[in-house]
Amino acid sequence: MSDYVTGDPIADTKAPGVPLETRWDERKFAAKLVNPANRRKHRVIVVGTGLAGGSAGATLAEQGYHVVQFCFQDSPRRAHSVAAQGGINAAKNYRNDGDSVYRLFYDTVKGGDFRSRESNVYRLAQVSAQIIDQAVAQGVPFAREYGGLLDTRSFGGVQVQRTFYARGQTGQQLLIGAYQALSRQIDAGNVELHPRTEMLDLVVVDGRARGIVARDLVTGAIETHLADAVVLATGGYGNVFYLSTNAKGSNASAIWRAHKRGAYFANPCFTQIHPTCIPRSGEHQSKLTLMSESLRNDGRIWVPKRKGDTRVPEEIPEDERDYYLERLYPSFGNLVPRDIASRAAKNVCDAGLGVGPGGLGVYLDFADAIARMGRPAIEVRYGNLFDMYQRITAEDPYRTPMRIYPAIHYTMGGLWVDYDLQSTIPGMFVIGEANFSDHGANRLGASALMQGLADGYFVLPATLNDYLGGARLDEVSPGDDAVTRVETEVRDRISRLLSVRGTRSVDSFHRELGLLMWDHCGMSRNREGLRKALDRIPGLRAEFWRDVRIPGGAEDLNQELEKANRVADFLELAELLLVDALAREESCGGHFREEHQTADGEARRDDEQFSYVAAWEYGGPDGLPVLHREDLTFEHVHPTQRSYT
Amino acid sequence: MKLTVRIWRQAGPATEGRLVSYPVDDVSPDMSFLEMLDVLNQELIAHGEEPVAFDHDCREGICGSCGVVINGQAHGPERTTSCQLHMRSFADGDVVDVEPWRAKGFPVIKDLVVDRSALDRIVQAGGFVSAPTGSAPDAHATPVPKPDADLAFDNATCIGCGACVAACPNGSATLFTAAKVTHLSLLPQGQPERARRVLDMVDTMDAEGFGGCTNTGECVASCPKGIPFASIASLNREFRKASRTGRG
Repeated sequence: MSDYVTGDPIADTKAPGVPLETRWDERKFAAKLVNPANRRKHRVIVVGTGLAGGSAGATLAEQGYHVVQFCFQDSPRRAHSVAAQGGINAAKNYRNDGDSVYRLFYDTVKGGDFRSRESNVYRLAQVSAQIIDQAVAQGVPFAREYGGLLDTRSFGGVQVQRTFYARGQTGQQLLIGAYQALSRQIDAGNVELHPRTEMLDLVVVDGRARGIVARDLVTGAIETHLADAVVLATGGYGNVFYLSTNAKGSNASAIWRAHKRGAYFANPCFTQIHPTCIPRSGEHQSKLTLMSESLRNDGRIWVPKRKGDTRVPEEIPEDERDYYLERLYPSFGNLVPRDIASRAAKNVCDAGLGVGPGGLGVYLDFADAIARMGRPAIEVRYGNLFDMYQRITAEDPYRTPMRIYPAIHYTMGGLWVDYDLQSTIPGMFVIGEANFSDHGANRLGASALMQGLADGYFVLPATLNDYLGGARLDEVSPGDDAVTRVETEVRDRISRLLSVRGTRSVDSFHRELGLLMWDHCGMSRNREGLRKALDRIPGLRAEFWRDVRIPGGAEDLNQELEKANRVADFLELAELLLVDALAREESCGGHFREEHQTADGEARRDDEQFSYVAAWEYGGPDGLPVLHREDLTFEHVHPTQRSYT
Repeated sequence: MKLTVRIWRQAGPATEGRLVSYPVDDVSPDMSFLEMLDVLNQELIAHGEEPVAFDHDCREGICGSCGVVINGQAHGPERTTSCQLHMRSFADGDVVDVEPWRAKGFPVIKDLVVDRSALDRIVQAGGFVSAPTGSAPDAHATPVPKPDADLAFDNATCIGCGACVAACPNGSATLFTAAKVTHLSLLPQGQPERARRVLDMVDTMDAEGFGGCTNTGECVASCPKGIPFASIASLNREFRKASRTGRG
């Protein structure tokens, strides 16, 4: 029996058929405009306040739209973009080291293992430079050199220094920039902010997205908010693995419910493992902590050459260490892309050479860098990361190498969008990590911040104009059937969850799901394992709905209920992720299928058969998902087997 | 390790709260403080009781969501956030008191969860540079001396957790406000709105019910990000100067 059915192909019809370099200008020129006096009559809902949502909300409000914005956290400043450490790429070429828009475009398409759209990626590279200008104008304190100009560094997968940074807190500083811009618009009355409010469903009227149903997490009130367009900026779905570097609250409910209302979900199996995370310390582990990959600029990764070498790392002599990335990939060394670095770590650990508890770790050693540059220089670059490492592990990385291990970090897949970032539901736009658009099968370091801000500051504000300027939107009343039906469904689901009164906590289900996914759909995948996980999920889901225990009620702050709503969605999304991973019979980027590798263990892509985006349509509660293929064509960057040796 | 935690339980904003004692067994020194609360909550759920509500999200010390008073100290004995405090800071058999932030500006919502939206309103009053999207000149148009950029950065690292307010005997938000005023007044981009910013932010801080500053310094001692005490002096200087010149 097949796991899915195949539907009609899908295509992006919004990118103009002009040369790559002029496509975005052409699209902006052709886009309809909305008269400034009319903009304030349009209500636009933005869900999420991270880099994408925060920048979009601020910019749309500056343009004159009435923005209604939501976040589940108590403040927009807490969205998980805040935790991004390393930096943000931009094709400024301030270093005069041969960087250009075209090179950033080229590196991103290649780094994404030829599974992204050239049009979108080129646009991303084009607007990247403006993001830096915008952030500096807002007062974002990027690292500077003594001459007062901005400092940059290099990042995994590239050979130019195009990454701007603010110590190890680049995400925090950029987010605060967007948050402050948003705060200015809140004060001006142009943004109506709903913190501690979580979207639980999408309202679709006459085929168009016209609002959301949300729950006030403090009072428990279920509220319907109507608008002329809905923007989802709700991040990725990495927490389907339970242990990830995502924040505890990061969830996929907004995109999953929108998927069930008709939005296609693209490439769910493209998940990214980050190579430099702190290994887990025990059963109590609630999340994993990332150490910025910028550490790989100066740290050297190694394991002992001999199995079962129990000496402390400082006592292992140089010739008994295997600097395996430098050995296997001499030209990129420790700076190979994330997927390659992660899999290499798994391979050495699987071979029994791993270090630390359970043998699930490799060393990241700064001894050479400290000897070369001195401790103060390392402190300036990585001080806060070293402090964080020491706090968590009680080990001093200035004296002894860090231990690192890969962890789930980012999801390249997400809701399918066209060049305008519009989903398959007219009027619903998806930006940032929540969409699938720019990173293909693997995201390069320091590109998530770039994409979130490109979407929010520059792309969406132009394309949303076109939608609102061209759509004929009838009045929708809160009493309409199409609206009240959704609200009733949300209420019913909450009542059902609370009435189970079973024996197992929400977390116990989430942990079980996460382990299943990590074991069978993590760093490497094979048919048998994926099948096993796929066989288990329906049973686990049934058990959840039969046996989950949620203390408390629906009428006040109930964090277990919040989690239950999210885990119920993860239990459905996981199944689609597995189906997609099974269907993609090739290895590319973050998706490594053991059946498809070269003799020396490298990923083997299959461009003949799989050079497409898998856009999945929801098949109903009892139906199979429907696969719509979007063929990818490469006019500029010709697919080659990636080589970083 | 085995611990006894005495936790503030309060069903809602309008109800009375009290400290309730719970034993927590099997505490590993490698657990974070919040993971210890997770373990307790799993126990409570297993016994059919309501788990303890507390704010948390990134658990990496950067989002500013978490924050509880541990044995009378905001974020507990180490200079870090509650999520980055590890149980190795405690000893077997310890009795640990856990309370919410206590300040007039932070009403309790439930158990350890408080309403910190007043801090957002202080930022909304002026904690920004007016730079609408699309209006920015090239990033290198205005060089910023490195010492200014570095000091601006030190102040910009504030995570808005509210520990400074909770630690202050006056419940003052002066350190929080000072960090933002100092960050932006050090940069060339922040100059045009400099006077208006400090006056509007201080007015809002007062209107939200936060107390005045008496230079006690408890805020600095509890700040997980090391916001400098000198920033309060900068704030006062900015405020006096702006009071003379007006909003400009």
